Amino acid sequence: MAMNAADIERLIKTGLPGAEVTITDLAGDGNHYAATVVAAAFGGKSRVAQHQMVYDALGGRMGGELHALALTTQVPK
Amino acid sequence: MSDQQNVQDFIRKTVAGNDVVLFMKGNKQTPQCGFSGRVTQILTQMGIDFKDVNVLDDASIRDGIKAFTNWPTIPQLYVKGEFVGGCDIITEMFQSGELEELIHEKGIKHVHHHA
Repeated sequence: MAMNAADIERLIKTGLPGAEVTITDLAGDGNHYAATVVAAAFGGKSRVAQHQMVYDALGGRMGGELHALALTTQVPK
Repeated sequence: MSDQQNVQDFIRKTVAGNDVVLFMKGNKQTPQCGFSGRVTQILTQMGIDFKDVNVLDDASIRDGIKAFTNWPTIPQLYVKGEFVGGCDIITEMFQSGELEELIHEKGIKHVHHHA
């Protein structure tokens, strides 16, 4: 079971309305991606909390269907 | 160790009883996953002594730790009982010097090092 970049982007954007999402496929195997997520909702939150918000948006797929997602989160400048 | 309650107790005691704890795949001598290996390397490079817990030894710990902090992946680093992050966050903090700052602030012995 693997995921494609479009699915990941759609899930994150649904879970974090207004977020800017950039996905990079690291290995072409549907299992190793890097993602940068910029969302106002991250404001004032720790990195751990920001990442948890993205994992929640992915609805439990992180660590299961989606093996590796190198995640960078930012608040809009 | 199957029953959920004593898994959470084990995790709580381990996290509280050690300054620095890394729940990882494999152990500090032989990490068995690239992400666990990278965090081990960072901690070793900074001269930080840490307790390693091999989640591959016990599936109930592997699942229990994810519930403990609502964090879906391994490795997981704890400093003075607080969850600091997984591989992404630790790498980012190491490169920005934040990890050294945190370790220094928490009074944990380490080697002064400039990334």
